[in-house]
Amino acid sequence: MTAATAEPRRDAVVSVRDLQVRFQTSDRRATVKAVDGVNFDVRRGETFGIIGESGSGKTTIGRALVFLLNPSAGAILHDGIDPTALSRKKFQSHRRDYQIIFQDPNAALNPRMTILASVLEPLELAGVGNSTERERQAREALERVGLPQEFGERYPHQLSGGQKQRVVIARALTLKPKLIVCDEVVAALDMSIRGDVLNLFADLQRDLGLTYVFITHDLAVVSHISERVAVMYLGQFVELGPTEEVAERPLHPYTIALLSAEPRPLPSAMRQESRIVLQGEVPSPIDPPSGCRFRTRCPHAQPLCTERVPEWRELKPDHWVACHFADRPDFSSN
Amino acid sequence: MEPGQPAKRRAEVAPDGARPLLSVRGLGIRFKTTQGIWQATRRIDFDIAPGERVGIVGESGCGKTITGLSILRLLPGNFAGLDGKILFDGTDLASCSARQMRAIRGKRIAMIFQEPMSALDPVFTVGHQIAETLRVHTDVSYEEARARTLEMLRRVGIASPERRIDDYPHQLSGGMRQRVMIAASLICGPQLLIADEPTTALDVTVQAQILELLRDISETSKTALMLITHDLGVVAETCTRMITMYAGEVIEDATVDEALVRPLHPYTSGLLRSLPHLSPRHGRLPSIPGRVPSIAEMPAGCRFRARCAHAAKGCEAEQKLQDAGGGRKVRCGRFAELNLPGALHPPEPAAGARVARQ
Ligand SMILES: Nc1ncnc2c1ncn2[C@@H]1O[C@H](COP(=O)(O)OP(=O)(O)OP(=O)(O)O)[C@@H](O)[C@H]1O
Ligand SMILES: Nc1ncnc2c1ncn2[C@@H]1O[C@H](COP(=O)(O)OP(=O)(O)OP(=O)(O)O)[C@@H](O)[C@H]1O
Ligand code: SF4
Ligand code: SF4
Ligand SMILES: [Mg+2]
Ligand SMILES: [Mg+2]
Repeated sequence: MTAATAEPRRDAVVSVRDLQVRFQTSDRRATVKAVDGVNFDVRRGETFGIIGESGSGKTTIGRALVFLLNPSAGAILHDGIDPTALSRKKFQSHRRDYQIIFQDPNAALNPRMTILASVLEPLELAGVGNSTERERQAREALERVGLPQEFGERYPHQLSGGQKQRVVIARALTLKPKLIVCDEVVAALDMSIRGDVLNLFADLQRDLGLTYVFITHDLAVVSHISERVAVMYLGQFVELGPTEEVAERPLHPYTIALLSAEPRPLPSAMRQESRIVLQGEVPSPIDPPSGCRFRTRCPHAQPLCTERVPEWRELKPDHWVACHFADRPDFSSN
Repeated sequence: MEPGQPAKRRAEVAPDGARPLLSVRGLGIRFKTTQGIWQATRRIDFDIAPGERVGIVGESGCGKTITGLSILRLLPGNFAGLDGKILFDGTDLASCSARQMRAIRGKRIAMIFQEPMSALDPVFTVGHQIAETLRVHTDVSYEEARARTLEMLRRVGIASPERRIDDYPHQLSGGMRQRVMIAASLICGPQLLIADEPTTALDVTVQAQILELLRDISETSKTALMLITHDLGVVAETCTRMITMYAGEVIEDATVDEALVRPLHPYTSGLLRSLPHLSPRHGRLPSIPGRVPSIAEMPAGCRFRARCAHAAKGCEAEQKLQDAGGGRKVRCGRFAELNLPGALHPPEPAAGARVARQ
């Protein structure tokens, strides 16, 4: 951890310091370093994107941010305070400010409960107001996500995927959170309605001052919606910066490869001919490579990359990278 | 098969005079369900020329997989009927005998699926599974089959195949399993490979490897590819022609470049415009209102009508897949009056295009 990241910024809704999350494998013989030393702040009112390949640790970070799981080491501060230091009761009410939404709305909704009952549930558990007040708030949340009143009486199977995801969003909104972690929330939706749901997230952010952590493996989605984006590889951030910077002037060889690998719906005349096709596949987080974790697939790897872990450094203002050679002029896109 | 009508249409879609390898006409599939008979797909027409790479795109439930499966007559148990013709190199697969079908399936037409784990048998080594495919269809010795399996594993990019050939599927990563599936599907040298979402379960960097492999194999072995996907980017990178489906029907058929730049069907146009790639960052995404009609309650007339901004009088009538000139087809009576936007004006050059290479 470097000095520049040690102090939480004043506008930080969440500050993550040297976060580590480890799991035992099912045979209990090995440890998975799912998240291994990650530092970042999420600023009030922003959308902070996290991209990376399957198994890189994105969901694990998301779950840790809302204390669905406890860090193995390091700290997560909410508005500068450590929630784990709160009394049990205070912790329970504190958690409501930090919500998470997952990919599959079917898993989040009870098929035997009406839509209204599902949206009411968190309000009831939190003991908000009386039943009239709770119903008013639940209906208001449904209206916010653009569902007509009569949907309250319907059941999940009578709704489309996009409508169900709206219900899940309404449910997360009822408790007026400060932060919502959105984990692959449009991945399961049809193409033609994805745009609708992404627009809804943008509207809610503008109207309610929400902060999002937006987790996805879809580059187009993350660069559309986020102000800043972090790129994850094997449990660590390899790059973090303003979306425009990361997407157009990437510094890390992995980010460069990721951008180049993305299939783009463009006519042949507008597509680049040469693309970087990485060799090999992602190593296991049980036994990550020494030094730089990307070295087994990096087209620029040098002997130093095996020996030494690259430092996480702010190479350009607000633009962080972990690569020994990211400042070499022939290296990236600058 | 009657040579009359299909022959005429063949001439239209294969301007270079090549006879299509596959010619599907009026294909429709019905299912028996507790709520009655459902027509899952209908009036499907398309051709694939030898060695051609065609993408079949459309949203979930529009009938892509069912169309692929019906070509190989691999239909689920509650299947209630198949209409139309599936002409493959002169044989109608819709009506040929089960024996003829078995001789074609796996040998001359192969299929790979999204989830390679479900298609690979966990109790046999990958080498055994690939070699068996070859031995079922050809008269080769065990040694010969093993040698060709090794060669094929190398061809699909498995490093040190002699160390992998005796591995079980669970010992391989997702990307390697998909390569094994591709090796198994190609071992008999098929003329047509049907790939149903072959990269959807894979990471982008691994997806890029597999797509490059499919393209390369199709080019060098002249294997035609029918690539089923919901990802327009994947089609653009891999195929030369794009067939768009909506609610069980083909609604547009054009070269990838034409379809992307100047789509003729309002649905194709709406789909392209809703992609975040092509909208300004942080801007609003245009979306298509409403939802795909359910198979149980298909509207009469144009199936896209309830969502279409251009619906007018005449759209309540059944729409034919009509010739739009230049080998293009579209199922919209108004196509000639509409001037629809496509991916012509993306906000800026794609980010990756600016990345300097060494
Ligand atoms: N409860 C658990 N027990 C053991 N290992 C786990 C557990 N949860 C996650 N892991 C492992 O931790 C690593 C990170 O997983 P995580 O789900 O955070 O990845 P992800 O980036 O969200 O991937 P995806 O894009 O596939 O959702 C993976 O190797 C995964 O197998
Ligand atoms: N065995 C079946 N019985 C009844 N209906 C079925 C059956 N199999 C598929 N269908 C229906 O047929 C339609 C087409 O299904 P198909 O699987 O071909 O869609 P798809 O385009 O491949 O979608 P996806 O992108 O989700 O894979 C769907 O409405 C589906 O519900
Ligand atoms: S540190 Fe070395 S291996 Fe790692 S990304 Fe940079 S050049 Fe590649
Ligand atoms: S036929 Fe009419 S409703 Fe259908 S796509 Fe064309 S314009 Fe729209
Ligand atoms: Mg995840
Ligand atoms: Mg399918």
